[in-house]
Amino acid sequence: MGRAVGIIGTGQTKHGRRDDVSYPDLVREAVNAAFEDAGITPEDIDGVVFGSMPSMMEGMAYNHFYFADAMRAVGKPILRAETCGSTGQSIAHTGVHWVSSGMADIVLVVGSEKQHEGDAQATMMTILEPFLQLSAGGAPVAFSMQSREWMGYYHIAEEKAREAAAIISVDCHNAGANNPLAHIRKRFTKEEVMNAPIITYPVRLLDVCPSSDGACAVIFASEEKAKKICETPAWVKGMGFRGEEYFIGDSSKAVWQSAIEASREAYKQAGITNPRKELDVAEIYNPFSYQELMFLECLGLCPLGKAADYVIDGVFSPGGELSCDPSGGVLCTNPIGATGLIRLAEAAMQVTGKAGSRQIEGAKLALSHAMGGAEQFNGVTIVGSEL
Amino acid sequence: MAEEKERPRTIEAVGTAPFEMALGPTWTRFFEGIKEEKIFGTRCKKCGRVLVPARPFCPRCFEPMEEWVEVAQEGTIVTWSYIDYTYFGLEDDMIPVVPATIKLDGTDTSWWGVIGGFDIKDFDLVAKKVKVGGRVKAVWRKEKRGCVQDIEYWKVIE
Ligand SMILES: [Zn+2]
Repeated sequence: MGRAVGIIGTGQTKHGRRDDVSYPDLVREAVNAAFEDAGITPEDIDGVVFGSMPSMMEGMAYNHFYFADAMRAVGKPILRAETCGSTGQSIAHTGVHWVSSGMADIVLVVGSEKQHEGDAQATMMTILEPFLQLSAGGAPVAFSMQSREWMGYYHIAEEKAREAAAIISVDCHNAGANNPLAHIRKRFTKEEVMNAPIITYPVRLLDVCPSSDGACAVIFASEEKAKKICETPAWVKGMGFRGEEYFIGDSSKAVWQSAIEASREAYKQAGITNPRKELDVAEIYNPFSYQELMFLECLGLCPLGKAADYVIDGVFSPGGELSCDPSGGVLCTNPIGATGLIRLAEAAMQVTGKAGSRQIEGAKLALSHAMGGAEQFNGVTIVGSEL
Repeated sequence: MAEEKERPRTIEAVGTAPFEMALGPTWTRFFEGIKEEKIFGTRCKKCGRVLVPARPFCPRCFEPMEEWVEVAQEGTIVTWSYIDYTYFGLEDDMIPVVPATIKLDGTDTSWWGVIGGFDIKDFDLVAKKVKVGGRVKAVWRKEKRGCVQDIEYWKVIE
């Protein structure tokens, strides 16, 4: 890695259906919150990085042109990066590289989505070419099939997987109810989740994330600037990002190499050898409860094929060995272009004691993660309270 | 209701943009094969893997895949799902659908398909017949258009 980089401020909108504001207004809500948190002004920013889903989700190509003003990017360098669901991690990494390389001292990174302004499903159907891979049913089908592949590969009994997925859903919805910014703030019982109607087998209605509007902004600074500006920066300890082939069948999605390799890289940089023991919080990208089970394994938080057992034993529930998604996770809030960055913002808030009602007592080291593409990309960023 | 009236309004619009995707020589030949009820893969001379649909180059070795292989029309289910809701592009009368990925014999990848040929409205029957590791074979449409949908469905081999 190059120069040390610290997060000096984060900001999020209230997530949900946000047709009360225009899209630039929504973006500015997050940007202003980040400036307020960092205690700096737009003049201090050397460059801006933005990302979202394919911008036609909101009816226009290159939506960052539309938001340039709202990100106060006038007269500054601006970059766009996107990798579908993992966009939030990609833009964070872009911002870190910019500061780490010495090309900038302070960079503003913004991710956003306004899923209610367009037809999110129609946009999703344009992500794969429509001729060589038949992908009827969009993202829910792709990720449900991945979950079924995982269950089949490890011979995990259907009832066990269903119960573990339900526990994750219940924990996340309880956490979401406790997060004032979350989109879904409603609690459910394990029985309600397990008996919800099947959407795309094995995934049931309450195993699925909502479609949200929302934005997130994170401000990265060099060590020197961070120490000067901020009493408690969240230091970037490690990052990893890996991609896979375009054709979904070309690699195993049950033993998901991009997630395994991205997290290994991040742990290596952070000097973490036993992530479940050393991490205090993990903000895992979990648009589907079943997928979180796979991530617990592939991010090295439990042995491969054993996530359901660990979840049923309460290892990742509140009060367990490692708290996962105390924000409510993606299951409660999914403005996709912002979602991966929200994971990082929440991780940074945890290690700097700024997480309010969802603070994990004494958290010092936190993992954030996002997944994107048709099971093609995984990104991980680890932040800590100490440099 | 006063609050509703004061709510900022929205403007509706619809945009459409047609496109024409060039298939290139490899996928053109692949779809010519499909018209003749043949499924072609290509083999990488470096890693030896056979990938379907045929590829112009190996995504891992970055070598050209010039050896054409006609692969089996039978294979093993790697995973499956049961779509019981209407997603964009799926009309009410098109669901339920049973998508699957199938590893064709002699290939090193799995490929999307749809399982059919029996009453898939009955989920319990589907769950009984469709298994990870189960065997399926291609059932072709009579009229071919030279596209993936020329395989009407994959039939479970009991
Ligand atoms: Zn090869």
